[in-house]
Amino acid sequence: MKAKDIIKNGLIKENPTWVLILGMCPTLATTTSAINGLCMGLATTFVLMMSNIVISLLKSVVPDKVRIPCFIVVIATFVTIVQMVMQGFIPDLYASLGLFIPLIVVNCIVLGRAEAFASKNNVWHSFLDGLFMGLGFTWALTLLGIVREALGAGSFFGVNFIGGADGMLLFILAPGGFICLGLLMALINRIRKA
Amino acid sequence: MNLLNVSGSPHVHSDESTKKIMWRVNLALAPMLIVAVAFFGLNALLISAVSVASCLLFQWLIEKFIMKTESTICDGSAVVTGLLLAFNVPATREMIWLVIIAALVAIGIGKMSFGGLGKNPFNPALVGRVFMLISFPVQMTTWPKPGENLFSMVSVPTTDATTGATPLGLIKEEGIGAAGDIWQYFIGNMGGSLGEVSALAILIGAVYLLCRKVITWHIPVSFIGTAFVFSGILWLCDKTAFLDPVTTILTGGIMLGACFMATDMVTSPMTKAGQLVFGFGCGLLTIIIRNWGNYPEGVSFAILLMNSVTPLLNRWFKPKRFAV
Amino acid sequence: MSKKAESTLKNMLLSLTCIALVASLSLALVNNMTKGPIEEVNKKKVAEAVAKVLPPFQEYTVDTVEVQMPKGPASMARFTAVDAEGNVVGKAVQSFDDNGFGGRLTAMVGFDVDGNITGYEILQSSETPGLGAKADQWFQKEGKGNVIGMNPADGMTVKKDGGNVDAITGSTITSRAFCRLVSTAYSAVSGDSGAEQ
Repeated sequence: MKAKDIIKNGLIKENPTWVLILGMCPTLATTTSAINGLCMGLATTFVLMMSNIVISLLKSVVPDKVRIPCFIVVIATFVTIVQMVMQGFIPDLYASLGLFIPLIVVNCIVLGRAEAFASKNNVWHSFLDGLFMGLGFTWALTLLGIVREALGAGSFFGVNFIGGADGMLLFILAPGGFICLGLLMALINRIRKA
Repeated sequence: MNLLNVSGSPHVHSDESTKKIMWRVNLALAPMLIVAVAFFGLNALLISAVSVASCLLFQWLIEKFIMKTESTICDGSAVVTGLLLAFNVPATREMIWLVIIAALVAIGIGKMSFGGLGKNPFNPALVGRVFMLISFPVQMTTWPKPGENLFSMVSVPTTDATTGATPLGLIKEEGIGAAGDIWQYFIGNMGGSLGEVSALAILIGAVYLLCRKVITWHIPVSFIGTAFVFSGILWLCDKTAFLDPVTTILTGGIMLGACFMATDMVTSPMTKAGQLVFGFGCGLLTIIIRNWGNYPEGVSFAILLMNSVTPLLNRWFKPKRFAV
Repeated sequence: MSKKAESTLKNMLLSLTCIALVASLSLALVNNMTKGPIEEVNKKKVAEAVAKVLPPFQEYTVDTVEVQMPKGPASMARFTAVDAEGNVVGKAVQSFDDNGFGGRLTAMVGFDVDGNITGYEILQSSETPGLGAKADQWFQKEGKGNVIGMNPADGMTVKKDGGNVDAITGSTITSRAFCRLVSTAYSAVSGDSGAEQ
């Protein structure tokens, strides 16, 4: 497998959100604004990258029967690190994302890539896979966040462009998240296949 | 198509077509439009016109450029959706353009994203209305007083002083002492959405549809009946806390919902037994939402919720196969 | 591919123990690094809120008070601010109400020595964006439902309930929760010697 394929898989061909449809909980819950989506994506990218590296390193010393608990311990460690660092140094972001950071542990993408990729490939490839799967997740979340924020609050990365008018609240709320996700998924898969 | 078309007997052809049915529904909606214009002035007419035009436009655009299929805008279903959508919003000036967004949601998300007429699980007009109610809660609950802007487009109700509340909204906030004269409610002299105010006009339209056999009595009767009986029981239990059953069914959207929106052929059950259960559920949910929910009115939520169990009802109440 | 370790009991125990040890070690390390900043951030948040809701002061002391809530007594943090001469200039209470539209609403409310509201700051809320979430601006001095300067002793309810507070348009429930929250905070400062002297 070539590095180029891994990059392409993560960003487009096997994009975790649009194609694999993994990790829907943070996708819907944190994309109420573009910046939240972007930060959640980057936090997940960090965890994915680090856990992929460590799990790839450990793959020959971990017995098969206990591999899942081992993976979870590794992932949970990195998630907790992200949480503590964010709480200490970026408190504003923690205030809006705090609830969802611990949930990265159970994000299917992280465990999915550990099981499907990192436990079978070398460290370099696992690192690349983690990074670009994470970036694939990030751009999907950011795009969803941009669309929902524009429609729901009338702003782009926090910069208001509709003046005093009201946005369409539904798009900030959960049903709007589902509708946007579905329509964007249809659009992107159409472009991808064309 | 070159496929052989195999269908079950009987093979008797009836004169009915989707087009004919839809235009009859449109005709039945006419009395409500007249009453709306009489009570709310030209705003009502403008909102209806904009709503219908944008529903037709969006349907045409989506069919032409996204689905790339033949246009079906002549079948009248988009006109029905447009009219019902307009009947479900308050007749304020802001709604004249806000209804365009509602039309896009109703046609685009409520109907065409499922594949068009006949494939949508939810009533498109109600999808549009609920979208608006959640997205623009302030604009959707700012009601003009009936009769105040007759034949005028100038007066724009913006402050509390010039807006009237719906009877249900008043009752929710101030208790049931705020309920008014039943006869006024019957002819429609109250605050509310365009088409829902006049029970009289709705009944005229409904009787026409019943005579033309476009709808059957099952859903309206079981919907309104359930609402009447259930609210009656509550009223008998505690007359100071619950609204009497006659006012209950005359205010808000029960009449319009029961006769025109719950009876939508696509989204309601096919068998008579299924339709009775469907109407029962709508009535029950409406009263529950009105009395214990946060919203003063629950007809649209009730119908949408029952729409979602329609496939299940169709499955439960399958007609027995002949000679089995 | 390298050879996998076999799934014997010894191997499993060994690998799990090692991984858990390394994980907890690294967590302890990071915790050590971030403990200070996290505490500072939390303290700063509270200090900022107190400074925002009270008139200028020199320093403040913290104690907890028992208040009566519908579901029984609850304890709240109370901040008593004094000026350079040691005179009390006002008190702030970190108050909450559990019946907001989205559950608990927490806010810092400040009172002067007469019990008049000097300011408030929403600390945590799950209200609907665009509706109830407007509470952070609505009741401020520049907001439409200004409560600054009011005294909760005169009653603190929305106009729909016969009071004198303009509710947020379309968010009566949030507004009611906010009024209750302020009343609770007031009971925490007026209950003893302090505000009414």
